Amino acid sequence: MALKLAQSEFEIERDSQKCISCQVCVRQCSNDVHEYDSDEDIIYSDNDKCVGCHRCENLCPTGAIKIKEKEAEFKKNYNWTSSHLRNIYKQADSGGIILTGMGCDKPYPVYWDHILFNAAQVTNPSIDPLREPMEIKTFIGRKPDKLNMEISKDKNGNTKIKLKTKIPPQLELSTPIMFSAMSYGSISFNACMSLAAAASKFGTFYNTGEGGLHEDLYGFVNNTIVQVASGRFGVDKNYLNKAAAVEIKIGQGAKPGIGGHLPGEKVTRDVSRTRMIPKGTDALSPAPHHDIYSIEDLSQLIYALKEATDYKKPVGVKISAVHNVAPIASGIVRAGADFITIDGFRGGTGAAPLVIRDNVGIPIELALASVDRRLREEGIRHKVSIIVAGSIRSSSDVIKAIALGADAAYIGTAALVAMGCHLCQKCYTGKCNWGIATQDPYLTKRLNPEIGTRRLLNLLHSWSLEKKEMLGGAGINAIESLKGSREHLRGIDLSEKELAILGIKHAGEAW
Amino acid sequence: MNNYKHMETTKNLKESKQHCFSRHRIPSGCAVFGIVNESGKTFNGSMVLDGISMMHERSNGLGGGFAAYGIYPQFKEDWAFHIFYDGSISKSQTEDVLKENFKIIFYEEIPTKNKSFVKDPPNMYRYFLKLKNNFVDSGANKKKIDTDSRIDKDIIKEKEEDFIVDLVMKVNSNIKGAYIISSGKNMGIFKGIGYPEDIGQFYKIDDYSAYLWTSHGRFPTNSVGWWGGAHPFGLLNWSVVHNGEISSYGANKRFVDGFGYECTLSTDTEVVTYLFDLLVRKQKIDLSIIHLILASPLWEEIKKMPEDKREILKAFRIIYSGALMNGPFSIIAANSDFMYALNDRIKLRPMVAAKKGNFLFVSSEEAAIRKVCSSPDILWHPRGGEPVIGVVNKQNIKNK
Amino acid sequence: MKKIYIKEQYCIGCRLCEIHCQVKHSKSKKIIKAFKDEKEDIVSRVLVEEVGYNSFAIQCRHCSDAPCVEACISGAMVKNENTGVVTCDEEKCVGCWMCIMVCPYGVIKRDLPRGRVASKCDLCVDEDIPVCVKNCPNEALKFIDTSETDSKEEVEVESN
Repeated sequence: MALKLAQSEFEIERDSQKCISCQVCVRQCSNDVHEYDSDEDIIYSDNDKCVGCHRCENLCPTGAIKIKEKEAEFKKNYNWTSSHLRNIYKQADSGGIILTGMGCDKPYPVYWDHILFNAAQVTNPSIDPLREPMEIKTFIGRKPDKLNMEISKDKNGNTKIKLKTKIPPQLELSTPIMFSAMSYGSISFNACMSLAAAASKFGTFYNTGEGGLHEDLYGFVNNTIVQVASGRFGVDKNYLNKAAAVEIKIGQGAKPGIGGHLPGEKVTRDVSRTRMIPKGTDALSPAPHHDIYSIEDLSQLIYALKEATDYKKPVGVKISAVHNVAPIASGIVRAGADFITIDGFRGGTGAAPLVIRDNVGIPIELALASVDRRLREEGIRHKVSIIVAGSIRSSSDVIKAIALGADAAYIGTAALVAMGCHLCQKCYTGKCNWGIATQDPYLTKRLNPEIGTRRLLNLLHSWSLEKKEMLGGAGINAIESLKGSREHLRGIDLSEKELAILGIKHAGEAW
Repeated sequence: MNNYKHMETTKNLKESKQHCFSRHRIPSGCAVFGIVNESGKTFNGSMVLDGISMMHERSNGLGGGFAAYGIYPQFKEDWAFHIFYDGSISKSQTEDVLKENFKIIFYEEIPTKNKSFVKDPPNMYRYFLKLKNNFVDSGANKKKIDTDSRIDKDIIKEKEEDFIVDLVMKVNSNIKGAYIISSGKNMGIFKGIGYPEDIGQFYKIDDYSAYLWTSHGRFPTNSVGWWGGAHPFGLLNWSVVHNGEISSYGANKRFVDGFGYECTLSTDTEVVTYLFDLLVRKQKIDLSIIHLILASPLWEEIKKMPEDKREILKAFRIIYSGALMNGPFSIIAANSDFMYALNDRIKLRPMVAAKKGNFLFVSSEEAAIRKVCSSPDILWHPRGGEPVIGVVNKQNIKNK
Repeated sequence: MKKIYIKEQYCIGCRLCEIHCQVKHSKSKKIIKAFKDEKEDIVSRVLVEEVGYNSFAIQCRHCSDAPCVEACISGAMVKNENTGVVTCDEEKCVGCWMCIMVCPYGVIKRDLPRGRVASKCDLCVDEDIPVCVKNCPNEALKFIDTSETDSKEEVEVESN
């Protein structure tokens, strides 16, 4: 066999002073990195197999293990970087497309980190969220232009209001954060369960992704958004009606224009039942919906889904942030969607070709700013809700997104990280050591949904508190008063063009 | 960046206005004062001048103004425009627009006292105008218009008003150096840079008789001095005076923007005026309930309400979330039918109200009310989000 | 009384419970020292049973009608009437292993390094929470007051 040129990316340092040969690392690694030699009572580690998930490091009771990125093993070259070399070696070894998981990790600008939020001083008092109410309740759904009502006085002279406008169905969120689409199949049942339970307990929503809905999650109907994607996995009338809203998935930020591929190994008995496909077969989602080749077709699907759900649930459309996202979003509003989800190019995925993930799409910050502006220019922004996704990493990202014009944010990667994910980007292997992106029963046990739920609730709680602090600091006590208030944002270290697209002033410029 | 100073010469009006347009918001403190005689009886401006003067230290000499309703009974069916000019070019440009669209019934320079009271006022004129287009033809689709029918009259009125709004916005944003400060009927706005008492004397407001007066003393936090930027802000019959800083400005601006209102001045009063115009005039939402939109109850209060009420308030908050005004404010909005005063929902700015006979007073401070009415029948401090409404009996005005 | 409940569906077979039990019952109580110096001398009182991907950690159930107490010939094995904890008094134990013979769960071990004594879970009575529970990274062991558990709560694992 010829020499393989692909080299290890990590280096495992084991402190022999500390290692007690307890073999926790050996038992925890699904990649068989660690091996116990009973003759010598010593553990050897194989760098080549390590994916950098840090499971062993986290569980080692004596802190004897350190996983380090292997540095500069190649001669330094700014053009031919080690990642280029590694990829070429891998491809020359295998002849395949390089797969990866999670979101783009390349050093493109992160605009959230170039935007600063405002606070009130003197002319406008800041509000202390610990003493005053601070409202972050949010509604997702279509909004009519106005409310028609009948006003009358009863015999006591009290004003009676009777609404004559029927309010379209709305999702009520206790905080403007939802868990974004992650399918059962790509992630484990325990992970789905944690997301569903946390959404339900906190009063927000999780999204099933395109993997169907496991019947053990039917109880969370009021907090479930079901997805209808190009593969139509698990979609039937029952599925649509076991949810509070329906989302048509056109695209995903990590892989715009690309379908999905769940390898047959991950299609276990339960996954096969839930997706309604034979066990062990690859689940292939086509790149386009084969019944949507134009905006009119999308409109038909939107209304077909509305018919199927008796016009009682909001129906939205998820698209990835691409260059033409603004006019596409405008078309989607006109096609009848109640909400639009825009997924930025940094959004996560269970599996995507590396070349697509790292080179296709645009940042969510710019996409959001231009969609919001376009819809406003057309006078249709107030009709729909915009949900942003694609690397919302902190409560401040959420606040900035809302000030840029979003109604709410979806978090996917952040939720996985809360459950233990260490972003090793190997979701597609099905060997997730943290029990998240795997169907292997030995590994899925590692995510106890009670713990997962608790950690997700903690995350939602702390982000909500932080958002309230930021709102109060800006002298605002209701999140709707922040929506689209780009006056509250300032750019730092951005070009005129970037500022213009974001619609914000540079730091240092007053009102 | 422009170096803002007090207006040196009227020539600067052009640049200053352009600068104020869309680029700068001017947060400000302030005093507000309003009086309405609900029976429609008119009274001269000395009372309002006395009241607002009492609150001298709430302003800093960078803006004062008055809105008066019922002052032009001889022209009560005509559009009364008060316009600031920086010179003759903007004046002739504006007058071209006026002549194109209106029959000018009468016009004159706005009478003022000796200029020692104020510094560098612009040229100011008032016009009484009749629209050339009577909107009857386009009043209702195809159907023959019955000008006596109330519904058709309403349609025509709305068309006419929309036209005026459009025209005012166009002049104010397109003609450099011209600024229409009031554009209603039988009402007018008088404002400028200075303490309100000086502005009042400058305009000789005790020569006017009105049934409703509002006034404003300004304490801007920067020194942008521009006559048009003083309060009240006016559009059609609306006038708004405001103390505070609306932290929801951006969200409110977006909301009215969605309905075609272009916020060119970037001031709170402008956006408040558009909110009132949109909700009350265009969407015809009853005056008695708009506080539930503009300063809606908190969710925790809504939660405790009986179900039918809860559903309605929830609907308000869902549909009109962009109209919720946040941050500290006490505003007095007026038009020819009513005076409407409102505080933000957690009452971050002062407001006192009092009644004496047919008079209703609203003020930033009680002292101002006591100055002009030492023993009111009742005096109260309205709670946050609780409106004070004085409705004018129009019957009486017509009979006069 | 408080008992350790086993949630075998979340046992990940890492055996941290065993490791920490050994440390707890070592002389030094320090993990590295205990394993470097006393490894041969300490017996874990919790045992991870593993077949395929199924695993669970089991320790003395502190049975209400404990057969080991009944079978003990020397009176070393006693059940504290107040706390319900079954302990073996190593001073009295003679190493007849009757307790091991009768234990339905197989959780009593011979502690040969320390002499002929029976070694079993003492519920870490000097700790707030037994160390196996405290150090389980996935909460597959829970220390719950028996009077507080409702019927839905996982019951003690059956012997097999």
